[in-house]
Amino acid sequence: MITNNIIEDASYEIMRRAAIDIPEDYLNGIKSVAKKEKEQLSGFVIESMIENYEAATEDRRPMCADTGLPRYYIKVGDKAVFDGGFTGIERALRSATARATHDVPLRPNRVHPLWRTEHNNNVGINSPEVEWSFEPDANWIDITTVHKGGLFGTDYRMLFPGDGIDGIKRFLLDTLISFGKRGLCCQPAIVGIGLGGSKDTCMQLGKQAACLRVVGDRNPDPKIAELELELMELGNSIGMGPMGFVGSSMAVDLHIEVGYTHTGGMPISVHTFCLSSRRATARIHADGGIEYRTDPKWFTPYHRRDTIGWEE
Amino acid sequence: MLNKVSLDLPASPEAIAELQMGSIVYLNGIVYTAREGVYDRILNGGDELPAGLASSSNVNFHCSPAAALQDDGSFNIGGVTATASFRFSKYLADWLDLTQTKILIGKGGLPEKDYKEILAPRSVVYLTTVGYGTGALLGRGVEDVEAVHWLDELGIAQAMWLFRVKDFGPFLVDSDLEGNSLFAQQGKLVNENIEALYDGLKEPALHRYGETRNRKDELM
Repeated sequence: MITNNIIEDASYEIMRRAAIDIPEDYLNGIKSVAKKEKEQLSGFVIESMIENYEAATEDRRPMCADTGLPRYYIKVGDKAVFDGGFTGIERALRSATARATHDVPLRPNRVHPLWRTEHNNNVGINSPEVEWSFEPDANWIDITTVHKGGLFGTDYRMLFPGDGIDGIKRFLLDTLISFGKRGLCCQPAIVGIGLGGSKDTCMQLGKQAACLRVVGDRNPDPKIAELELELMELGNSIGMGPMGFVGSSMAVDLHIEVGYTHTGGMPISVHTFCLSSRRATARIHADGGIEYRTDPKWFTPYHRRDTIGWEE
Repeated sequence: MLNKVSLDLPASPEAIAELQMGSIVYLNGIVYTAREGVYDRILNGGDELPAGLASSSNVNFHCSPAAALQDDGSFNIGGVTATASFRFSKYLADWLDLTQTKILIGKGGLPEKDYKEILAPRSVVYLTTVGYGTGALLGRGVEDVEAVHWLDELGIAQAMWLFRVKDFGPFLVDSDLEGNSLFAQQGKLVNENIEALYDGLKEPALHRYGETRNRKDELM
């Protein structure tokens, strides 16, 4: 039996880990980007960021003061048994968010959009966001938190089938160039592209592609995997590095997620995570044991299923 | 190697004049944070500046710390990073005149014309944070909270914090007293390649209304 207390403990701990410890896949990714960077200013920026990750882990303090809009992704196994119900989990997530905001500390970013009022704890109407998904034949619960800034680096556009790959390239360039100037999107980053779905799904897929897949991971469709590499290359050929300085470091990786869409359209969204790509996952086993990791493993074969039923 | 400078605060006019674009700077002394919440209260809402601000600090950091109030009334300052400065452009002339601030620190710099029209005439230079997320390194440089103003009214992110800092950095010198800017110079170099990136890509079927068609334009 998984108790609600264990769920809250795990959620609190991943808030701390996400804010402080850079995921290893991203650290290795940024180091390999640094090796290719020939420009002095851009190189200095990346070296400083690597020093900063070390300082954060050493001091146990957040790597970036903009601890973003903390949020959760939950994957519940079909056979998981938990005592607090679904609203119990949501209550635990809110409580963990408020406690971690004070204790880590995280910046209490969340305010009412109109009145700018706040509870000083990152909890409010519709916050933190919680997205749910499910997994067959599993008795565990995975909880992932992502701390991502929210102001720059994200855009959406309705393209049409005739726009094709050219349209995708054009929109990716538009987005990376406009948000990359002055480094507003804190590149080099993991870039996520959502293709298809309806507008909201398209945004959601792109964000998940940026935040929930690790550096080096490729889409299982070989042609999409190829496109991921081609578009990453395109991003890094802009001639722009961190802070909008001259350089070659724009994308540490690029992930594409797709969803079936309207026959007349090809909606696209682009999301850039940032130099502080913060995510952490806890797997809570049936016996209440908790395992921590930095790969959310969100896009399972079941998650990307293409058929009515589901057979392994 | 980039040039490295340590600067004592309040910064003297001579020390500011010697700063070179692209140098790395570390600060010692007191910096204060202020962004739209504080600017609005004082410039539009009629609140007074804290007494003695000008004599203790001439450095305005566009920053919201990751901070928490402890049970004993002290503050736990975790990470410290800058927020994007271009959004505060409209407040700056009045704010610099009122406070006699001589160094602005933030993220991403200002629209190019602001360096020449607002900063240079007031002998003000802009330093940028690096990356922009060196929150842990900057957090290490904060020794103490000297004071905090409007905490109840504006909250942790928008309050005015006075930090006593030591070896606080790294920052890069963006602008000089002539109103030149490293960001603007680098941006122009990047712009030279942009047209070629779109060569051979067909136009989208549906254009968007109201946007600039020139990707070399500053959008801020």
